[in-house]
Formats: sequence, C-alpha cells, structure tokens
Amino acid sequence: MCGIVGIYLKSKKFEKSLGGMLSKMLVSMESRGPDSAGFAIYKSDKNKIYKYSICLNDMSFEKFKNEIKKKVKLTNVEKNSDHVILKSVEKPNKILPILEDFSTISLVGYGKSIEIFKQVGSPSNVVKKFNLDNFSGTHAIGHTRMATESAITTDGSHPYSTGEDECLVHNGSLSNHNNLRRKLKKNGSKFSSDNDTEVAAGYISDSLKKRNLKQTLNKGLSDLDGFYTFIAGTHSGFAVLRDEIACKPAVIAETKDYVAISSEFQAMAHLPNVNNAKIFEPEPGIVYSWGK
Amino acid sequence: MILDLKKLKLRSVNEKLQNIDRKKNKREFVISNPEGNHAVCAGLTENIDVTIKGHVGYYCAGMNQNANIIVDGNVGTGVAENMMSGKVHVKGNASQSAGATAHGGTLIIDGNASSRCGISMKGIDIIVKGSVGHMSAFMAQSGNLVVCGDAGEALGDSLYETDIYVKGKVKSLGADCEEKKMSKKHKTKLKELLKKAGSNIKPEQFKRYGSARKLYNFNIDNVSNY
Repeated sequence: MCGIVGIYLKSKKFEKSLGGMLSKMLVSMESRGPDSAGFAIYKSDKNKIYKYSICLNDMSFEKFKNEIKKKVKLTNVEKNSDHVILKSVEKPNKILPILEDFSTISLVGYGKSIEIFKQVGSPSNVVKKFNLDNFSGTHAIGHTRMATESAITTDGSHPYSTGEDECLVHNGSLSNHNNLRRKLKKNGSKFSSDNDTEVAAGYISDSLKKRNLKQTLNKGLSDLDGFYTFIAGTHSGFAVLRDEIACKPAVIAETKDYVAISSEFQAMAHLPNVNNAKIFEPEPGIVYSWGK
Repeated sequence: MILDLKKLKLRSVNEKLQNIDRKKNKREFVISNPEGNHAVCAGLTENIDVTIKGHVGYYCAGMNQNANIIVDGNVGTGVAENMMSGKVHVKGNASQSAGATAHGGTLIIDGNASSRCGISMKGIDIIVKGSVGHMSAFMAQSGNLVVCGDAGEALGDSLYETDIYVKGKVKSLGADCEEKKMSKKHKTKLKELLKKAGSNIKPEQFKRYGSARKLYNFNIDNVSNY
C-alpha cells in the first residue's frame, strides 16, 4: 500500500506553515503506511552552505559532534531527535567520503536546500519526534510506508535521496529493480539497501546528469517495470508520475497558493481553501511537474 | 436533518442511514464535512434522499438500494460499487472503478470518471457527462454506459451485453468490442438515459459499441485474444 504526500507552494503565503500542513497529511495517511514514515523539506537557501541530513542510528550525538569537528572545519551540527543536520561550506566530494568512514551512521540526503528525516514507527510518532510542525520551506514531500519487499528499517524508509537536493517517494513496487541496480552499480551508483525505490531514485539521479526531470521520468516509463505513483523532488520543485495502468492512486489539488498531491483526498481535507481547489487525478503515464 | 461528520463518527452516521424507521417521515438528510472519508453512505436500503456536501473517499454509496444520493463534490475509487437500485449523482469527478459490478440503479457523473468506469457492470445505467479513462466497461455484462466526452484505451475489453454510447473520441477498443449500428430502439433508450441525467444532447451525436461475441466460448483460433 503506502501513502505519499507532497506540497509545492506557489506563493510565500504558507511558507511558515508548510511543516504543519505536511504533518497533518502524513498522519492522515497512517492507515496506508503504519510501519515507517519520512519527509523531505526544501528551504530556499541561497547561500553556499551544504546541508547533510544524517541518521545517527546507535551513535551518540556528542560522540559524532566531537569526531566530525576533528575532521571538518567550519561546521555546524544541529540535532533533531536521532538525526543531525551537518552544515558546512565543504562540497559533497569532500564530505561524503568522511561520512562513509563512520560505519554506524546513515546519510539520508544532502544538498543546499533539502533536509530529510525518516524513521521507523507510526507516522504520528515520526512527525512528533522530528517536530515537523515547526518546519518552514518552499516545498515538501512525505511518505508513510507499509513494508512489502524489504525490511522495516531506517534504510528501508522513504524518501530516498541519491543525489544533491534530489529525493523520491514511491507507492507501488518495481519488478526489475535487481537488474537495474546491477546496471546502475556498473555506472558508479551506490545503494545502501535492497529496496526497489532506492533503485528508482538512483535511476533518476543517473539520468538527471544528462536530462531534465521531465525527460527523465518520461524515459522511466519504459525503463522502470512495475506499479508506481512517484513524487520526485528537486531544489526547484517536484514532479509526479503514475504507471500507465494506474495501479496506484493519486489526487492533486491546486489553488493559487499551492499544489498538493496525496494518495487519497482525505490527506488534503484540512488544507486551506481546498474545497475551492481544482481537484483532479493525474492521468496515467503523464508527467506533471511544478517548479520555479 | 444535517449529519456533520466533524462532530459525528462515520459509523454512527452510516448506521443511522442504514436503519431508517419507516413509521417516521424523515426522508431527507444532508451530510456535511465528509472530508474524504471512505464508505460514506455505504449499504443504504431505504428510499431516502441524502446530499453529501463535499468530497468523499472510496466506495461512497456502495451496495446502494433505493436511496437517492447526491454528492456535491468529487468521489474516490468505486463510487456506487455493487449498487442494486436507486440513484447516485456525483456533481464533480469520479476516481477509478465507478459503478463497478453494479446490478441496477442509475449513476450520473457530471465531471470525468477515470479508469475502469463500469468494470464488470451487471445492469446499472451509468451516464458520464465528461470523459472516461482506460479499460472502461471491462467485462461489462449488462446495462448501459453513456459517455458524453471521450473514452480512453481498450474501451469495452472482453465485453458481454452492455451497450456503450460515446459522443467523443474513443482512443481504442478492447478485445471483442466493436462499433454497432444505432437502431431506433437504441436511440429511444439513449434519449431516455440522457434525459435522466438532465442532458439534452441528441442521441444521433453518439456512436454505439457492443460485443462482437467472438470470445464468449473458448475457441483455439482466438487464443491470442484471451
């Protein structure tokens, strides 16, 4: 099953309440995904600072903070439950290898605007744990997971981020992910789980080197075999794609201030002015995208 | 009588509507704040009028008998699924599998219906004023599907005896579905159906599709079509 949600703000009106809006959406999708939940939130950071979202797993915050400060100068480490956001002017090609040396932590995403938090447990616990209600931003994507093909772990939770400021959430299942993973690994992609969605995220990151998001998803229609509704996020916005048989649901509500997408309408019922929104189902096999 | 789903539990609202006291004259109900709930007005059996003010989730008015239900909003998957009789009128759009397996009654959708509209329908009349998605009327057995807009891919795949009327374009026909002649009998029936939905479009503007009846029984020559 799984539930997916997303909000893209077209105006600045709701930037401060973005976290609160997404939080209610995630909680109402608990029946579709009680095993784990996660969210990616984008803030329009125009400076050159990179943010690395890290799940500490068993490592203590103090220990991580001390060790990372020895290895990276000019860093700021912010704790949020069992996650930290490491802020640094250092580029990913320098920081990523350093983080890889910490065997117990998981890098869940990085970029100039993205922050990702994901954990096992019910969506209502996860949003409370990370204080999602207090987040602001320009757009956000979330997921509630009912685990099917891989274990209930942090690594198995969505969103998956396999490139700078990129992320993907998925409702469905892919049948050719093992083959595709082998191919992508040959091209240099790295994967941290056996999950099918991580492969789709890796596929998108790989393709984005040569194409834009819309072209990438259109190509994905022939390369990704299975059932899916995807929401793929980048620093500037997000795109939505359903498989051509439309196995998995999605509904979109658009007003002059925002675009919201969710697996079921009930996730959007609390959004401001939603009853006057343009509400429609994304058609199968068509890429819908919003961005600046 | 107004039933507010912000104040009342869905189960208590459905129970109330499913257990109407025949001796009382309360026959008109309004449901407010449905907020995308699933199974609103499922399993009603009495001749009552219910208006739902807002958007609802899955299986709205499922298994309906006799009741006249109006949804002033959009509906999720499977509106009026397995309806036996009565009338369901959706003023917005419908998600997939609208009127699935329904044996009778009338389903009117003012907007569009997405994929698999009327899948395995068994006697219901469905009138969609907008367009329908792919695989509509898949394995449809009897009743009528009227589409005032366009139809998606594989319309009427593996069709039995449902009559399909489409005014706009059909993207493609499914296996064993073909265009049929529109006789006087069909025009009269179509006019009656359109009138039920408050539409005065002329029946002459529609094309009729039905079963070629080649896949009814197993035939080795048709093996690639099964």
